[in-house]
Amino acid sequence: MTDFDPTATSPTIASVTDRVRPVNIGMAVTAAHFLSDRAVFVGSEENVAFVDPQGEITKVAVHDGGILCAASDGERIVMGGDDGKVVAINGKGEVTLLATDAKRRWIDSVAVHPDGAFAWSAGKAAFVKSGKGEEKSLEVPSTVGGLAFAPKGLRLAVSHYNGVTLWFPNMAGTPEFLAWAGSHLAVTFSPDNKFLVTAMHEAALHGWRLADNRHMRMTGYPGRVKSMSWSVGGKALATSGADTVILWPFATKDGPMGKQPAMLAPLQARVTTVACHPKNDILAAGYADGTILMVRMEDGAEILVRRNGTPPVAALAWNAKGTLLAFADEEGDGGVLEF
Amino acid sequence: MAEVTSEKIPVTVLTGYLGAGKTTLLNRILSENHGKKYAVIVNEFGEIGIDNDLVIGADEEVFEMNNGCICCTVRGDLVRILGGLMKRKGKFDAIIVETTGLADPAPVAQTFFVDEDVQTHARLDAVVTVADAKWLADRLKDAPEAKNQIAFADVIVLNKTDLVSKAELAEVEARIRGINPYAKLHRTERCQVALADVLERGAFDLDRILDLEPDFLEADDHDHDHDHHHHGHGHDHDHDHGHGLKHYHDEEMQSLALQTDKPLDPTRFMPWLQNLVATEGQKILRSKGILAFHGDEDRYVFQGVHMMLEGDHQRKWKEGEPRESRLIFIGRELPEVAIREGFERCIVS
Repeated sequence: MTDFDPTATSPTIASVTDRVRPVNIGMAVTAAHFLSDRAVFVGSEENVAFVDPQGEITKVAVHDGGILCAASDGERIVMGGDDGKVVAINGKGEVTLLATDAKRRWIDSVAVHPDGAFAWSAGKAAFVKSGKGEEKSLEVPSTVGGLAFAPKGLRLAVSHYNGVTLWFPNMAGTPEFLAWAGSHLAVTFSPDNKFLVTAMHEAALHGWRLADNRHMRMTGYPGRVKSMSWSVGGKALATSGADTVILWPFATKDGPMGKQPAMLAPLQARVTTVACHPKNDILAAGYADGTILMVRMEDGAEILVRRNGTPPVAALAWNAKGTLLAFADEEGDGGVLEF
Repeated sequence: MAEVTSEKIPVTVLTGYLGAGKTTLLNRILSENHGKKYAVIVNEFGEIGIDNDLVIGADEEVFEMNNGCICCTVRGDLVRILGGLMKRKGKFDAIIVETTGLADPAPVAQTFFVDEDVQTHARLDAVVTVADAKWLADRLKDAPEAKNQIAFADVIVLNKTDLVSKAELAEVEARIRGINPYAKLHRTERCQVALADVLERGAFDLDRILDLEPDFLEADDHDHDHDHHHHGHGHDHDHDHGHGLKHYHDEEMQSLALQTDKPLDPTRFMPWLQNLVATEGQKILRSKGILAFHGDEDRYVFQGVHMMLEGDHQRKWKEGEPRESRLIFIGRELPEVAIREGFERCIVS
């Protein structure tokens, strides 16, 4: 153990804060996505904001009320609102109404499939509309916590209390049920389709190896995990919920079974948002004190993107090429960084 | 994480057995000209006669927490809905959660004790129970839910008093007091109660646990029946609470008050209290206390719901203020003798 010398100045870390183009979005923000090379910030209610490369902001109304969920395939953003509507917006800013809940229930979760299918949930019901336009629905035993499409085929994971239902909407027969006690919220497939992971109501993740449904318990978080991001090729799953980025290894056929996660970029604040780079083994992490760091997964080397002292970071997104990083805090103070 | 109480949205929980008048009270709150906007979480859509875009239908989904504590249940739907409502911060001033007539208020309250996200943005204000003056006495006999709701309440709106005689009213009030003497009780017809009496009560605010006297010993803020039925029997004071109320002891659900003017030993008291709620927490619905610890210049306050406790130093004891410790427990089949003996052992002799 090395001696701790409180008088020593803390090592200065590399900083790119001066290269950030600041963006004042002017509304509370919950998510960011890129449509082509335009950063799009999803507001907590009513609007999304497009930010073009010159930093100009264009707001587009999408919901009549709160925006509860959003997902993107890079071509469009699909959102669900407390107005009972499922809405899509494309890179040109064109808004399409995709569905309206008959009882005007809240749309709690949405998911998008690369081939154009999309899914949403309201209460205990999950709905899928495939490219051909036919709508199918599935009722699960309790309120849907999250939705995710498998990377291959039209298969939807529907998380709920006490497990996850795996549903092939175009096939007859009983959906498969993966049981695990507790309330399951966000759900995600590994990009290689071998693992399924849920963020639970408790401060823990739960995973299944889909080949044999073996369980993986991923615990030890001080807070609930609200942000998960797969590294390029699905070698690791980066998560929020602790005062370091927690990086679970998924490169081998056993995934994280019997292994410890890597703990990167420790700060005196909780990680709120993570986003892995689409091409390289680096990630961006946002913290509850407003800090944003870029972190190299191999050795944990850090670069400062944004200083602390603001509300929690709420949104982080890379463009598809990995040349642009967009971010914003909860109150809409954001920025775009170009590499 | 920011813990500024004033910024947290107050949440009022509205309970009451089927037909007691919850929806009437809710409609009154929403229609009154108070200049405030309420988000309302209801269990049955369509009963509310007021047009309000912030009325949200909920399925009461009670989840067990995976922490080995069997009575540690939370309302999963509430966590989700409160999270969604926080996206519309600024559009409403307070939240009202209406439970079904058969609901146990504990999971709602426990949600505020255990869920970090809920605690960050919202605070539990009070549990308000609407009771039917005509039928409550019967329900207390045959419906455990009705008894739970009375025992759990911070405020009781005793409704439909116009449908009963004075004697019947005194009877039902005494039955309520036999279970929960601490809740503020308001007699109403058609839920005509001042909104200040049911909203913004701060009943779960540790800073407002000021005194733990039974409600009917305090300055009268409601029109008690002064027609003493035992007038002229001045000697009969053992069951008289000063307002002619008969004293009932509910066989199953009671309250228990502990008091001492001697200081408590914190190294004995804290383990005793924690052990008590760990072992008897299923029976203890609510607990509260103001404590004077030996060698401590500050008042210590705590409150609990079943096995969950929270406590903090509140403020310095004032000059001349009697340094008394007072605790109350409301619960089912409380082991009174064991609790009293355990408490006695925490007193510095």
